[in-house]
Amino acid sequence: MTAAGPPLRVEGLGKRFEATVALDEVTFDLRPAELFGLVGPDGAGKTTLFRILATLLLPDRGSATVLGLDVVRDLWAIRARIGYMPGRFSLYPDLSVEENLRFFASVFGTTLEAGYGIIAPIYRQIERFSDRRAGALSGGMKQKLALSCALVHRPDILFLDEPTTGVDAVSRREFWDLLGELKSSGLPILVATPYMDEAARCDRVALMQRGRVLAIDAPAAIGARFPRPLFAVRVHDRYALIQALHAYPHTASALPFGNELHFSDARPDLAPAAIAGELRTYLQSNGLADAEVTPARPGIEDAFMALMGTPQEAVG
Amino acid sequence: MTAVIDVHELTRRFGRFTAVDAISFDVKAGEVFGFLGANGAGKTTAIKMLIGLLVPTSGRASVAGFDVLTRAEDVRRHIGYMSQRFSLYEDLTVRENITLYGGIYGLSDAEIRGRGDALIEGLGLGHASLERVAALPLGWKQKLAFSVALLHRPAVVFLDEPTSGVDPITRRQFWEMIYAAAARGTTVFVTTHYLDEAEYCDRVSIMVDGRIGALGTPDELKREYSDATLEEVFVRLARPAA
Repeated sequence: MTAAGPPLRVEGLGKRFEATVALDEVTFDLRPAELFGLVGPDGAGKTTLFRILATLLLPDRGSATVLGLDVVRDLWAIRARIGYMPGRFSLYPDLSVEENLRFFASVFGTTLEAGYGIIAPIYRQIERFSDRRAGALSGGMKQKLALSCALVHRPDILFLDEPTTGVDAVSRREFWDLLGELKSSGLPILVATPYMDEAARCDRVALMQRGRVLAIDAPAAIGARFPRPLFAVRVHDRYALIQALHAYPHTASALPFGNELHFSDARPDLAPAAIAGELRTYLQSNGLADAEVTPARPGIEDAFMALMGTPQEAVG
Repeated sequence: MTAVIDVHELTRRFGRFTAVDAISFDVKAGEVFGFLGANGAGKTTAIKMLIGLLVPTSGRASVAGFDVLTRAEDVRRHIGYMSQRFSLYEDLTVRENITLYGGIYGLSDAEIRGRGDALIEGLGLGHASLERVAALPLGWKQKLAFSVALLHRPAVVFLDEPTSGVDPITRRQFWEMIYAAAARGTTVFVTTHYLDEAEYCDRVSIMVDGRIGALGTPDELKREYSDATLEEVFVRLARPAA
């Protein structure tokens, strides 16, 4: 790695597939040893970006360097030094756990033994299944094996495309614990996720939608970008609450969050206490006498939805 | 209230491995029931038995009033099903998918036309009804797939990770559709890895190693385990199966 440059730099990157703009002027960089999240739903452009960075796809415009190497000119040098875990299960299902690892090591001209030190914290969790066919592993174990395979040649940067999609909450937590350990060993990591709660575990995140970066910041700072006072509303009959808030003329946003609903008011200069008071009165007069309205602190998901403006499916 | 899904000691073994181990529960008409569990806990095997695609080793279950073993064909006729990735034919248009599914479920041409029009209008898809499904954004596909799964007005609809990868606003719109279906009396049986969504269910069960580890309303489970969120309850109970 060049001593001075960032481990990853992306500048004005663009890519289209016929009429679909997959990436539109994407610019960001990674700091040394940074855990950087690409957060966005399907269709945001995350996979296209990874494929360009992994030198599997040419950009239409813009440029990107990985470890100081150009993704178009220096593809062979880049391929030897990155670890890439594609979104779809990328292992050989008919090979055993150990055979997969030995295969990926040999492709990079190394051995499982030589790479054991770096993968040990992850591999130890699945090592007792080393004879099992990779196709017969549970979702969480597949992800740990895929991560081991992406690390076995001791890469200098790690690209993880939705490593936790379809994985249960327990395995997701374990996986992110492992990423935290890798990061503290100094490895820069670019990781994509559709789960907003995972974004909070990154140093910085880029929120993406339809090929564009909506915001780049530390997770806590992104929550603070929510533009209005936010309230949490709790009530027994939540469907009635949603309907009542859709009918309320001052609703700017009314979106369920677990067992409560986050509400913001469209009137810009009304004091928070007045907003809450009027809302309580309105809900009570609409048969929701048990409504509790309390101030809430906006999180990443609140901010993301506010930045999205129109939802993904606002087509045509 | 009558049970629309009634499960008693339902068991499925594969060789020596017991994937579903004598589970019992019931789901009432119009209920939104969240069926949770870690990967490998046995959810998919249980669902396959409930929709008549896999024969139980022992125990029994009835869905929409039909025994899943002896009346599997009737079960399939009276339920709707939508899965995470596949539900619609990507190379057919929106309208063609509706016609195909309406035909499969034995609706008359007039019913297919009438309900199809209402469905397309309700989703605001009028401009896209002649588009191939492949061209629709994922959020639209999932909403359309859900509506199509309800086309024959089934007593129960099974949704297997319907919102995976869908953006956060569309995810919430999808849940409003679930609420609306339940309010019309349709029973909704749903799996999800988003535990904030589990909080939207009337009751949830958490499968652990083939058994029902916990079952109740979200509030009951949080009280029982003294946790603030269902995610904490889930993490406490669900060990990823080996």
